[in-house]
Amino acid sequence: MNATDVEKKFFEATVKLIEAAAIWLPGDVEEALLRAYEVEDSPGTRSFLRAMLDNVRVAKEKGLPICQDTGVVMFHVAVGDRFPFAGLLPSILKKATVEATRRVPLRPNTIDVFTGKNPGDNTGRYMPWIDWDLVEGSDTAEVTVLLKGGGSEVIGRAKNLIPAEGLKGVMKYVIEAVYEAGPQPCPPIVVSVGIGPNVSTAMKLAYKGLLRPIGRRHDAPEVAKFEEELLKAINEIGYGAHGMGGKVTALDVHVDYAPRHPATLSVAVVINCWAARRASMRIYPDGRIEYLTHPHLNKEVA
Amino acid sequence: MAEYSLKTPLSEEDVRKLDIGDIVYITGTVVTLRDAGHRRALEILAKGEKLPVDLKDLVLYHAGPVVKKVNEEWEVVVIGPTTSTRMEVYEYEMIEKTGLRMVIGKGGMGPKTAEACKKHGAVYTVYPGGAAALQASQVKRVVGVHWLDLGMPDAMWILEVENLGPLTVVIDSKGRNFYDEIYKEARRRIDTEIYPRLGIK
Repeated sequence: MNATDVEKKFFEATVKLIEAAAIWLPGDVEEALLRAYEVEDSPGTRSFLRAMLDNVRVAKEKGLPICQDTGVVMFHVAVGDRFPFAGLLPSILKKATVEATRRVPLRPNTIDVFTGKNPGDNTGRYMPWIDWDLVEGSDTAEVTVLLKGGGSEVIGRAKNLIPAEGLKGVMKYVIEAVYEAGPQPCPPIVVSVGIGPNVSTAMKLAYKGLLRPIGRRHDAPEVAKFEEELLKAINEIGYGAHGMGGKVTALDVHVDYAPRHPATLSVAVVINCWAARRASMRIYPDGRIEYLTHPHLNKEVA
Repeated sequence: MAEYSLKTPLSEEDVRKLDIGDIVYITGTVVTLRDAGHRRALEILAKGEKLPVDLKDLVLYHAGPVVKKVNEEWEVVVIGPTTSTRMEVYEYEMIEKTGLRMVIGKGGMGPKTAEACKKHGAVYTVYPGGAAALQASQVKRVVGVHWLDLGMPDAMWILEVENLGPLTVVIDSKGRNFYDEIYKEARRRIDTEIYPRLGIK
């Protein structure tokens, strides 16, 4: 393939990726919602969960976005140091965002902070947002798109705790964030927590946690245990779907960390709504595309 | 918990009978306004001028739809509620000055809105946020649009809907707020059950 063919192929694949994220809830999220529906017993809560599950189905059938707030387009790219097309990606991701906005359509959600102007295509200064991880020894690129809704962002927060507050302090900070959020971020939510030496690293880890599928625990057993304790505590708060009251306030809790500085203990919390929209694809060095979260698309591109 | 199907225009009696936790389906006319739309509406009303649509006995919806034009006609692609707390600063005045009977949104509203609902006979209901594709199937027609200069999500969209719901009554016209009770219970559980078990002070 020559450079133009590769560019065209990646562009189309990325538009499809964004489209998939907007329209098809990943399987792990849909299953978690179904489990929530099964365990709840209040009729009001169940009628809301039923509407949400019906909505997921209607979106798929009609090819419509799951939520009218198609969010901020955020990419995460785990790029191998031997992946040959890394330099093409930034401009492709941007062009694909413009095209997906037109084609799906996505709601134009980027408002310039200083001019107040909305360009209408979900781009702007630094937008779409792209986070990069360099993967040593790999020759592929794994591109994930998150369509991050605005309502759930109302609650995102970070703080430098006093080290003496310890992990109990972290837990309290997260529980209070969820308490204060109430029904606003569209529960059942996904809670992602980052802990680190400063709020910047903590927040970066918290956002990265949103890439993890529902139900997958952290590799380190002590972190996994912390996640489970937090999930149990958050569900005991009792908000349930959209604050209708119930047993499932969070679909999952993800925690990751970096070492802290002796003088600091920083924590960041990011929340995703129940419509936790993400889609991933892997690009191979020969230009082949594999959709990871939406495998049904692989038949279409094969 | 009762279930109601209501048609616009809503009467005061229609909304006075609703209790928190009741489920409602709406058929008729709803008008969307978000932050910017509320600001503009109140500016116009402050000057003693009329809004493009008389909201009396109608339903105000905190929503920013995705729409497209098909053969010169607007069509709703998807629509769903936005977080209502941002509109708390405007809603008392909106209810008082327009005589609207129902606000639809998500996430809850505060004491000023509850006061207006009690005083003027209105309710605040919520639609399951994020269920936008389902809801688009409940919108029959775009009747009109105003203030498109505010952008697609913030414009005033006038919509004809059929069995829009399920909507839950979160603030009724008796001064009760369903979410206040949910928050209160959550606080009690955190302080008396969750924190003691986890050893958190």
